[in-house]
Amino acid sequence: MKIRPYGDTSHDGKVQVSFTLPISTDGLGISAAKELAKKMGLVNPQVVHVEDIHEGYRFFVVYGSVPFEIEIDTLKDEEIENVSLSKEEIEEMISKNFNRNLVFVGASTGSDAHTVGIDAIMNMKGYAGHYGLERYKGIQAYNLGSQVENEEFVRFARKVKADVLLVSQTVTQKDVHIKNLVNLVELLEAENMRKDVILIAGGARITNELAKELGYDGGFGPRKYAEDVAAFAVERLLEKK
Amino acid sequence: MENKLMLNQTMIEECRTFAKKITDEVEKVIKVRSTLTVERTVLRLLGVDGINQFDEPIPNQMVDEVVHNGDISKGISTYIASALYHTKLSLADFIDQYKKSEVNLTQIPLIDSKKVRVVLAPYINQSFEKISKNKVLRETLIHNYGKNLTDLYVIVATGNIYEDVIQAKAAAKAGADIIAVIRSTGQSLLDYVPFGATTEGFGGTFATQENFKIMRKALDEVGLEEKRYIKLVNYASGLCMPEIAAMAALERLDVLLNDSMYGIIFRDINMQRTFIDQHFSRMINAYAGIIINTGEDNYLTTSDAYSEAHTVLASQFINEEFAFRAHLKEELMGLGHAFEIDPEIKDSFLYEVAQAEMAREIFPNAPLKYMPPTKHISGNIFKAYQQNTLFNIATHLTGQSIHLLGMMTEAIHTPFLSDRYLAISNAKMIQKSMASIREEFIFKKDGIIQNRASEVLEKAHELLGQIASNSLFKALEDGIFAGVKRPYEGGKGLGGVFVKSKDYVNVVFDALEVKFNEN
Repeated sequence: MKIRPYGDTSHDGKVQVSFTLPISTDGLGISAAKELAKKMGLVNPQVVHVEDIHEGYRFFVVYGSVPFEIEIDTLKDEEIENVSLSKEEIEEMISKNFNRNLVFVGASTGSDAHTVGIDAIMNMKGYAGHYGLERYKGIQAYNLGSQVENEEFVRFARKVKADVLLVSQTVTQKDVHIKNLVNLVELLEAENMRKDVILIAGGARITNELAKELGYDGGFGPRKYAEDVAAFAVERLLEKK
Repeated sequence: MENKLMLNQTMIEECRTFAKKITDEVEKVIKVRSTLTVERTVLRLLGVDGINQFDEPIPNQMVDEVVHNGDISKGISTYIASALYHTKLSLADFIDQYKKSEVNLTQIPLIDSKKVRVVLAPYINQSFEKISKNKVLRETLIHNYGKNLTDLYVIVATGNIYEDVIQAKAAAKAGADIIAVIRSTGQSLLDYVPFGATTEGFGGTFATQENFKIMRKALDEVGLEEKRYIKLVNYASGLCMPEIAAMAALERLDVLLNDSMYGIIFRDINMQRTFIDQHFSRMINAYAGIIINTGEDNYLTTSDAYSEAHTVLASQFINEEFAFRAHLKEELMGLGHAFEIDPEIKDSFLYEVAQAEMAREIFPNAPLKYMPPTKHISGNIFKAYQQNTLFNIATHLTGQSIHLLGMMTEAIHTPFLSDRYLAISNAKMIQKSMASIREEFIFKKDGIIQNRASEVLEKAHELLGQIASNSLFKALEDGIFAGVKRPYEGGKGLGGVFVKSKDYVNVVFDALEVKFNEN
């Protein structure tokens, strides 16, 4: 199927963009913004707003149409597709198939000080009405918090015989998260532990595609909750059995 | 004092009594101990600075030398004074020779405490004079330009101090009154302060004395053009609380994040270490006229903002009492809280107003720091802008003092120039269009807002009572705040805590006490 953006009529291809240009007059700014929009491929760009936001810098809001369509049948789905299971269904799946608690170890690793992501998945309270893994029957969840060095993370995982490792990365400046995520995979391989665990990355800028590329079993970005992560991990553990 | 919420004043007084009892016990631990960063702070305020050939700061090298080859329980003051006394060198010359390993601190006979004070007095006086001049200059500038009821606070975080300067100047010109330079992630866990101007950081820029100086100069320049005093913020939390406070005092920073418990709860720093460090750092802030900001907002990003609101209030009472004990005036206590209730909850805005107004009325003279929504902000920047508008209204309606602006691109990237501009425009529009709203609006008797505030106060009262009858150490071990449990002997930095010997001397501490008693 071929699609185009929808403004107020099918196939009108309308999009909005906003950006800042280092330019000091409105008139020249509008011409420059239009030119930029054209180079971006927009047809009939309209600069609907220009504002001086700092000496030498102007902010623009532009509307225009894209002249092309997108074929979606050949595209990959960026999000992990798993059967959406409820907390109770996951708990039942664990009790039916495993005669022990599954051990999940999570942390925000490296220099990353943000716990928001890992807390949303693991804390008892969870996020947006989705209870965290700590509340799941059949799951022993350890949330090591933030700024956990990869070495320490791996040591702890070995100590508690982890089944699933959850790594959260929030800070992405200068791709520090990529280096850190790769380092963990290398460390697990060096310790001969990679095959023993389901390794999952999470964070606002993490996609499943990126995680797999880095050697993870899966990756979860925004709008994913504890049950998405748990269902994915438990299914993988079942496959491994 | 305003009492729009009809809060139970007796209960508020009892909360303060509980907080006194709670901090009494902690003070016993603080009094007899010092830490390595406290000792390094003494050196810094005597004028010791610089790094050796291995990039190690000289204050660290000196304190470590005494730890390994001397007796640090006597205090670094004794060692540095004895060395200067016997070598007859000036401090600057001594440092020069120390870098070349021509002199040391631990193979010299120690002099008595009276002589220590005499030898070090000129150096302390020099630093104190500089700090006191900074304070007078700040007060004069604020007096001349005029004081804002609410200061708009924005963050820069490029990792490169020179890039930060561009962004900070732009923000100030767009209307920001306070600029915070976020630190590189992980700096709070460094047991030393990096040296010099830095251009590489992750998620922020290293706090160094040189970076402080560069940003101060830039903000003074833009302040002169704008005819406003632009305040500069940095972060003292971590393993070097008092050292950062000393550097901030010397370079005329105006606000420091300085919580009595944040490091314990959110950075797993040992509780004894944190309590000792926060006390000394706050004494420095008190003398320098630096506003402290406490970190209660963090409880709400970790736990639920509705059900855990009382832990914020309880912590504010504890932070207030710790601050009093470090001689901080109410006018310097920027107690923190946040707008973090799930916007999907019915009447959530009313609950936010209740909690913000409650903080305002209970701490009427404190420059309260109000933090924007972050937890329930998604990639929908338009919704985020809407949430920030609600936050701005709550801020204005309840007369908050330090207004940290929310960014529509929170959790997406470090703010674009335009993100920050739009955030400032949003707040400015609310300030103007609702200029008199605080005087015009009263709250319905026994309505949702009044009842919510009473409920939070009652729960905080109950919690403080429990902590007072057990102990704050126990409360931290039990995970009362933000659901995080921390053992008394656990966490980072415990190795840097020591019990003072009978002949311990800290010339900076003593000089500060003299200053406080003069006033």
